[in-house]
Amino acid sequence: MKGEVRLAISTDADLVAARAQGRAMAQQLGFPRPDPTLIATAISEIARNIVMHAGTGEIVLRPFEEHDRYGLEVVAIDAGPGIRDVEAALRDDYSARGGLGLGLPGARRLMDGFQLHSDAAGTTVTMTKWRYRDELARARAERRRRA
Amino acid sequence: MNDRSDRPAERGDAPSDKQRARPGSPPMQAVPSSGNEGHDPSAEADRSPAPEARERRTSDPVLEELVAHLRDSRTQMREEWARRISDAELLGVMSDDEIFSEATEVYDNYVDALETGSVETLETYARELSERIIPRGVETDEVLGVVLLLRDVLARALFTRYEGDPAQLNRVLDAYEPAANRIAVVVGVSFVEERERVIQEQQQALRELSTPVLQLRERLLILPIIGALDSARARQLTEQLLGAIRERRAQVVVIDITGVATIDRSVANHLVQTVEASRLMGARTILTGLSSEIAQTLVDLGVDLSMMRTVGDLQGGLVEAERLAGYRSGEIEDSTRIET
Amino acid sequence: MSVAILKQGDYLIASIQSDLSDTEVNALRHELAELVGVHRSRGIVIDVAALDVIDSFVTRALRAIVLTARLRGAHTVIAGISPDVAIAMVQFRLNLEPLRVALDLDEAVVALDRLTRGDHEDEG
Repeated sequence: MKGEVRLAISTDADLVAARAQGRAMAQQLGFPRPDPTLIATAISEIARNIVMHAGTGEIVLRPFEEHDRYGLEVVAIDAGPGIRDVEAALRDDYSARGGLGLGLPGARRLMDGFQLHSDAAGTTVTMTKWRYRDELARARAERRRRA
Repeated sequence: MNDRSDRPAERGDAPSDKQRARPGSPPMQAVPSSGNEGHDPSAEADRSPAPEARERRTSDPVLEELVAHLRDSRTQMREEWARRISDAELLGVMSDDEIFSEATEVYDNYVDALETGSVETLETYARELSERIIPRGVETDEVLGVVLLLRDVLARALFTRYEGDPAQLNRVLDAYEPAANRIAVVVGVSFVEERERVIQEQQQALRELSTPVLQLRERLLILPIIGALDSARARQLTEQLLGAIRERRAQVVVIDITGVATIDRSVANHLVQTVEASRLMGARTILTGLSSEIAQTLVDLGVDLSMMRTVGDLQGGLVEAERLAGYRSGEIEDSTRIET
Repeated sequence: MSVAILKQGDYLIASIQSDLSDTEVNALRHELAELVGVHRSRGIVIDVAALDVIDSFVTRALRAIVLTARLRGAHTVIAGISPDVAIAMVQFRLNLEPLRVALDLDEAVVALDRLTRGDHEDEG
């Protein structure tokens, strides 16, 4: 398992490749089921967001390893017109069938971390998913957080 | 868990999250399958009480002399140590021969660690030793006692040897004490962490045992949940259930939570998601045995139960399940054994 | 060919063979809408077991197929959603309202038989 992978996104075939790559990387990192599928689904949404709203862009997959956990950071970068109302894009509005049609709120629910930055220069979505290596590591981290 | 702020506090000297997550910066390692990687070497280094002992070691003539002395008197020291272990009635579950042979290994590793300042080999050995003796019931106090005894034996030998030269004795102790303390910590921590790992494995096994998916009839599964539900267990339960639905081609699943005393929001939501996911696989789910307390909690939490099919007790749930699965009702005598 | 569509009596069986691009999903949607009319089919089974991901786009397409087919007199059953995909769909909170599902192809055909008989038994 090496470092990051960058994938150019401009067609819906790139989207298929991106989610396959994301799944494979999640599996290699050791994510248990069903996490690789959750990650692949979230990647699919943010990659489609690039194709639909910016035309072209990039997906960066960055694995990380720490002593008590491992994870995957997924970044979607485009230089499109940007999202005018970021809050609305993330609002849970499924009466309108996915709000702005971005699928972003759903992707956010599948991941542990989710950040959206958008301005006139473009849009960056950063998502992370991680797992503690074991229950003890999780318990210790929670104790540290409470302390 | 949806924000970076949820990440645990970092060690003081650690790079920030952002830097850590950057490509290539953390060297990628294979993910070990066992649970003992809470002790990566850098973490141990953080804990070591006397880093200066390390710099001093190679060129320190005092330490060199000390190491040479300990090697020369190896036989005598080992015997003394083993005798003290027996006298203190430590490691009672082990035979004298076993104790002597382990003591020899630890002694040699101990002296090597003093010489090189590197505790890695000793740590590995301590871990393996712990793995061997934990199932036999050796306790933490025994291990700490044994390590401290070695420290005593060696210190006493040093006193005897340098009796006539207090200045040299001081120098030797200055070199010996930090290293010996560090070694004691490493061995103690290795044992405790190994013990934690074993306990964790046992908990995991217990958890799997406590969520059995039973097949009541062809295509009719029952999942009796007993005991405390936390997120980890709820998650595992979902996986087991969905896998069983597929393998056994289940049409109807009865989830009985009579044995669950309390429930919180995340577990309740998980339960709802489990039912929904089961439906997506083509199985219908009946939830039974909601205590009045849990029912009220669910209402107070605002958990959406509109798509949940609930029946008061397990017996009623089984009748309903058989009706849904197309069996005639009234033939559920053989189900009673599951209730225990 | 990423999707094999077979006619089996009154039913159309669409077996997806591999992960599909959005374009292929749309093509499937249009093809099914057309074939339902051509064969006067009363039911459609879509076997999605080979799909790695069922995201918002695929779900919307499936909903559209279901609703379109319904307008043309056919029921639709989705078969073969895997455990992992089911969990992802639920966590995503996709709107799954009109979808009928079955464990696999055989079950889907049984479900269609029941639906087309007008037998609206309990459905969770």
